[in-house]
Amino acid sequence: MLDCTPKEVIKRSGGLINPAKTCQPIGAMYAALGIHNCLPHSHGSQGCCAYHRSHLTRHFREPVMATTSSFTEGASVFGGGANLKTAIKNVFDIYNPDVMAVHTTCLSETIGDDISTIIKSAEVPEGKVVIHANTPSYQGSHITGFSNMVKGMVEYLARADTDGKKEQVNIIPGFVDPGDMREIKRLVGKMGIKFIMFPDTSGVMDSPMTGKFDMFPAGGAQVEDIRDAGNSSLTMALGYYASSTPANLLERNCRVPAITLKTPIGIKATDDFLMTLRSKFTLEIPYELEEERGQLVDVMTDTHHHFYDKKVAIFGDPDILTGLTEFVLSLGMQPVHVLTGTPSGTLGGPQGIFEKEINEMLAAARLEGRVKAAGDLFELHQWIKNEPVDLLMGNTYGKYIARAEDIPFVRVGFPILDRSTHPYLPIVGYRGALRLVEMISNALLDRQDRDAADEDLELVM
Amino acid sequence: MSTAAPNVIEERESSILVKGRQRKSHLKCDADSIAGCVSQRACVYCGARVVLNPVTDAIHLVHGPIGCASYTWDIRGSLSSGSELYRNSFSTDLKENDIIFGGEKKLARAIDELVEKYKAPVVFVYATCVVGVIGDDLEAVCKKAAQKHGIQVIPVQSSGFIGNKSAGYQAACDALLRLIEPRSAACPPGNKHEVKSINYLGDFNLAGEAWIITEYLRQIGVEVNTVFTGDSKCSNLQKAPEASLNIIQCAGSMFYLAQQLEELYGIPYMRVSFLGLEDTSASLRSIAAFFKDLQMKRLAEELIQRETAAVKSQMEGYREKLKHKKAAIYVGGGFKAISLIKQFRELGIDVVMVGTQTGREEDYQTLHDIADDGTVILDDANPSELERFMTEKGAHLLVGGVKERPLAYKLGVAFIDHNHDRKHPLSGYVGAVNFAREVHATVCSPVWKYARGTGGGNYAGLPQC
Repeated sequence: MLDCTPKEVIKRSGGLINPAKTCQPIGAMYAALGIHNCLPHSHGSQGCCAYHRSHLTRHFREPVMATTSSFTEGASVFGGGANLKTAIKNVFDIYNPDVMAVHTTCLSETIGDDISTIIKSAEVPEGKVVIHANTPSYQGSHITGFSNMVKGMVEYLARADTDGKKEQVNIIPGFVDPGDMREIKRLVGKMGIKFIMFPDTSGVMDSPMTGKFDMFPAGGAQVEDIRDAGNSSLTMALGYYASSTPANLLERNCRVPAITLKTPIGIKATDDFLMTLRSKFTLEIPYELEEERGQLVDVMTDTHHHFYDKKVAIFGDPDILTGLTEFVLSLGMQPVHVLTGTPSGTLGGPQGIFEKEINEMLAAARLEGRVKAAGDLFELHQWIKNEPVDLLMGNTYGKYIARAEDIPFVRVGFPILDRSTHPYLPIVGYRGALRLVEMISNALLDRQDRDAADEDLELVM
Repeated sequence: MSTAAPNVIEERESSILVKGRQRKSHLKCDADSIAGCVSQRACVYCGARVVLNPVTDAIHLVHGPIGCASYTWDIRGSLSSGSELYRNSFSTDLKENDIIFGGEKKLARAIDELVEKYKAPVVFVYATCVVGVIGDDLEAVCKKAAQKHGIQVIPVQSSGFIGNKSAGYQAACDALLRLIEPRSAACPPGNKHEVKSINYLGDFNLAGEAWIITEYLRQIGVEVNTVFTGDSKCSNLQKAPEASLNIIQCAGSMFYLAQQLEELYGIPYMRVSFLGLEDTSASLRSIAAFFKDLQMKRLAEELIQRETAAVKSQMEGYREKLKHKKAAIYVGGGFKAISLIKQFRELGIDVVMVGTQTGREEDYQTLHDIADDGTVILDDANPSELERFMTEKGAHLLVGGVKERPLAYKLGVAFIDHNHDRKHPLSGYVGAVNFAREVHATVCSPVWKYARGTGGGNYAGLPQC
């Protein structure tokens, strides 16, 4: 019914069909929500702000507060400076956040509003701060926008103002769910090292029901902590595309050494994450984490026969895909199609890392597969028609392909609009990997049960 | 002297009133939002997109950077009885180079590639903000493509900054008028009352609502010529001039189209509402009265009696459980808000707050007239205002759209989506029961017992559902 995709692949150059990405500003808005007492502000038409809020609300099922410059025709002709100044005044008068985080849109970027100059000439109350990020929607993707807003946090807030560096690590978690951020914090906490995570949307986008509406929920990175990030002895950027640029900026501005690692999805990436922490801070891995790892390996052993030879197509955001691809390979599956909508080269950011990393993983496993950045789901669907798979993994938009091709589907990534609880539960760390094993094997085995003839239906699998 | 609470912005005071408490009976509406407010409103493109998107066999091509296409990909919940083409997301995905050198060539390529793949009878090309600034000549590109492919390629002038959502409705209606135009010579305006055929404007067939109403009308002897735009096809829409009457459900989006259709094709229009028992019956009666057909009047009365009787016991059951609960309304258009007040009355529920994103002055006048004393009426509300008035008034239930849902839940207030995310048809008699069931499902959910425990909810002292 929903299958409008022809099998034959023809080269296209006129834009996208069924995108696997969205625009920068929503990433910037999500990142800004990871600062405590921060109000994101969209400098553009009010539709942008409404769409981002709706989209984030659908994924997180939480109120998403953000303001807009409400551009009109006049602003588009004469520039949006006056709108932004009015907005800054109103935001502090009415909502009184500690931080206002302005991001631009394609409209204000094209008009050429100079945000830092406007901010400097605006009335910002004592003790309050306005930060900004340039997030033109015609470059990169929502991941780029996330990265740019974190860059803005570093630029405006982080300061090196102690004599030596402190024995503490900065963690930039990347565009992941609050449940993932909580899990990363738990792992670092178990290692016994002091850390500063920013942005941190836990406690904001997974806030509890209290019977009250909090414009600014209890969670989020504290401004003074982000300031202090300039005094840390190490920054760990998790994910090249969402986190490496701000980490590198922090290294330049405040001489905090930066390491970029994969988002710790799956056993190997989690090992890498913990081993890096161990070697940098000469710590021991606590027994609890060794136990968690052992449990994960135990389950992988118990279930490996479920995954043998299974072909899988994965799509979504590049940093998530790198970890997922590595993990499904370690389960014995074959990731034959891996596609992200995010372009692999971004201005001042990573260049071609996505394809390189995935191709190296496939080569090491002696597999051939299609790998593409800046692709769309139309193309992924065509690949699947030409080389079918046993499993599809990706965000909610994969459900059309899963239905058309009748393949099991595991929802992972952003956005997930048709299921709940994902913002609370991690896919990172050993616990997250355990959850992925459960999701993947349930999907495969449910399908096997559904398709089994009566005589083949098995009780023990 | 200012009577507003500290969290109400001074400029916003003229957009809020409490019935019976203030001398003024009209409030400021239809104005631009204030910069720096958390507005629940959307843009021109959004308005145009929601009106046109249900045209099922069209290619809806969004000309701009990717975001505008991403956020509107299959979010409307409009059902189709045929093509599913409209549920794909097509974007020119403009990049930096296109912004500098213009996006016209890429747009032309996109149209070529899509038309070749999908063989659609019409392409709608939506202008987004940036297109309005870089000055792509959409008209020229569309005209050329139309000639090349022998189909209609219609630009929709929906750059986000040129107004609010209402301006987008008008842009969409203009696009629809252009779609209809070529056939105008074939059907000269005449005495159309002989043909008992109508266009049904402003129903987007969410959860199949247009199908319910079409069936009612068929039963009283009226043929629905085409729906604007729920489950519509290009070929049906082009036959619009053949109808003898236009009925309008969602006036906010379609009033302009109705006026134009009257002017251009001599088709009279009337407002209807199929939300709630009372309005549904009244609307069927007015349609029958319009055709001055005794047989139709009799069939309408029979249908009204039959359908009302069929849902009576269910409605009474829900009313018993729901009476004296308090509801707050915050929806897109004024006419829907008016219907909802009546519908809540049918269930014995008091409306304590009512507001809209784009209601017009006459809508607010009507809201003021029918609201109970003490009801808060507000235009373009922000979340703080919604919170304040729902809490102050002790609302048990909010009716709204996607952004309002989690706000209500956080307050321990039940919620119904009366927008894109609705899951059951809410129109007609069957819709009235669905509505009552949805109200009951959320207001009487056991979850609020736990929410009460954490300090939320307004249920203390109320009889159990």
